[in-house]
Amino acid sequence: MDIERVAEKAAVPADDTEKMRRRRSGRAVAGVAGGVADHLEVKVLWVRLAFSLLAAAGGAGVLAYGLLWVFVPQAKPSVVAKETTRKERQQARGLLALGFGLAIGFGSLTGSVDGWVAGGIGVTLVGVALVWREADESTRRRARTGMTSLLLGEGGRGAIVRVLSGAALVVTGMTLFMVRGVDLDQLQFALLSVLAALIGVAVLTVPFWLRLVRDLGEERTARIRTEERAEIAAHLHDSVLQTLALIQKQADAPREVLRLARGQERQLRGWLYGPAGYGRPSRDGERGEAVKLAEALSQACGEVEDTFAIQVQQVVVGDCELDERLAGMVFAAREAVVNAAKHAGVSEVSVYAEVEPDQVMIFVRDRGKGFDPKAVPRDRHGLADSIRGRMERNGGELRLRTAPGEGTEVQLHMPRVTAGA
Amino acid sequence: MSSEKRPVRVFLVDDHGLFRAGVRAELESITDEVEVVGEAGTVGEAVAGIGHRKPDVVLLDVHMPDGGGAEVLRRARPENPETVFLALSVSDAAEDVIAVIRAGARGYVTKTISSHELVRAVVRVSEGDAVFSPRLAGFVLDAFADRPGAAPISDPELDLLTPRERDVLRLLARGYAYKEIASELFISVKTVETHVSSVLRKTQLSNRYELSRWASDRRLV
Repeated sequence: MDIERVAEKAAVPADDTEKMRRRRSGRAVAGVAGGVADHLEVKVLWVRLAFSLLAAAGGAGVLAYGLLWVFVPQAKPSVVAKETTRKERQQARGLLALGFGLAIGFGSLTGSVDGWVAGGIGVTLVGVALVWREADESTRRRARTGMTSLLLGEGGRGAIVRVLSGAALVVTGMTLFMVRGVDLDQLQFALLSVLAALIGVAVLTVPFWLRLVRDLGEERTARIRTEERAEIAAHLHDSVLQTLALIQKQADAPREVLRLARGQERQLRGWLYGPAGYGRPSRDGERGEAVKLAEALSQACGEVEDTFAIQVQQVVVGDCELDERLAGMVFAAREAVVNAAKHAGVSEVSVYAEVEPDQVMIFVRDRGKGFDPKAVPRDRHGLADSIRGRMERNGGELRLRTAPGEGTEVQLHMPRVTAGA
Repeated sequence: MSSEKRPVRVFLVDDHGLFRAGVRAELESITDEVEVVGEAGTVGEAVAGIGHRKPDVVLLDVHMPDGGGAEVLRRARPENPETVFLALSVSDAAEDVIAVIRAGARGYVTKTISSHELVRAVVRVSEGDAVFSPRLAGFVLDAFADRPGAAPISDPELDLLTPRERDVLRLLARGYAYKEIASELFISVKTVETHVSSVLRKTQLSNRYELSRWASDRRLV
């Protein structure tokens, strides 16, 4: 028994073990007691006994059983079925009869309902059980055959007979109840019978409505999954496949191949790990907010990578929102990277940015030729105007470390206006 | 060290056969300092292969089916205390990188690293040093940053970086080599190595919220 239970648990995926499921096989009525027993890890016999005894308490057991039947879904067909012995089945039937007898017996004994009413209700319940059971069966068949027929499933004539006799029992039970149980004038009787008919139909079609709701839910999940898959496929097609095709075409131009590969890598990386990327939990609210420094910097570096076919290794520590001055600073950093790409004669440039509470620093470093700052001709504007000028206009400063043969490091410092705010 | 002549024995773990072949060819063609003694494409193969081959260094992919590099570390490290692990990955996500470091890797380099640098990194971890790529240095700086409203520090010994360690990490993140860092800070290369190893230890053992969160996201702690 224990081994079987372990095996059964292993067969169910981890997230399903918590949820209660009605048993599909080895059931007396609907597998509710079995499901409860599996969930609580007790013997089915005790659960059945409890339901039977509760049935005596004003039919509470019957009501509980009915509600569980409605709201607890059936186990998946893939779940390994447990063998039931004949003895168990006989016990189940015995307890079922006991519960029923107790419910009706106690009902009439205590005088809360007279025998006819109790009988009427009893017949109705049997009818309802018959129809619902048939609906359960049809779901199983549907799962097996993939057919979408609803209440009857693929049960053939037997199913129709069972459903119709169930309905007939319900009608009979209600009629009994109406005829003998209540004593009313004609108008009230007419109203009551209409009401009873409506209730009868509602009760009989419960499985149908339930299935409709569940199917809708399942369909929604399936649709979301399909859309997701389509989005990934579209993205991979637009980006990766296109780039691979281009790379094959340009196989004899290594520089171009390198450029394409780097551009694609960066794009895919951004898509996977970026702030709004695919790999992040969805944060719809945050999209379209102010641009962040890290994002702007990586975009700027990416542009230079693409244009000059170099690799820009960037590391950003901390992040903050990009205001006008920081935008100027990012642009200055971009110019510094461009300078390195053009003049240093290297294939890799390092960019490091750190956001501190009171200032932002960006370092652009290459291990290339380096130069003598004093020897730069006066008519060369790059460093002077576009980097130093831009930094100073925005209230920042630039430091330069370089010497011929020792590479170049451009250090940018910009105080933060929002410090402490 | 007595292993001056003996090549460093390397074991490759990556679920991309193509990538393994590439690394093997590169490593073997440019130097005889390292020797590839085996490779594996799954977590199970890796655990068995590492136990069998007893390599000096395992080059470990972060992302693999069945738990990835962290799982290999968890299963293979206790039985092979002599082996050191170096994570080699394309992943840029801080949580992945921090997770393998906390699982016991001695360093992290990205797959775009040049072959010569990779050889240097392998030799260095085999000698017991930590290897921080600029990106890892950035992540660690970020994780140890003083944020307003951060959780209070419970163990200053492990949860804070010294100013010197911070300086070293910053220079690493700026792309400086150890030698350059040493001359920049007027300290010896050995001291730089000590600082980096100490930062690695803190990254692995600290209970700082950022670090343990990253680790627990990957179900490591």
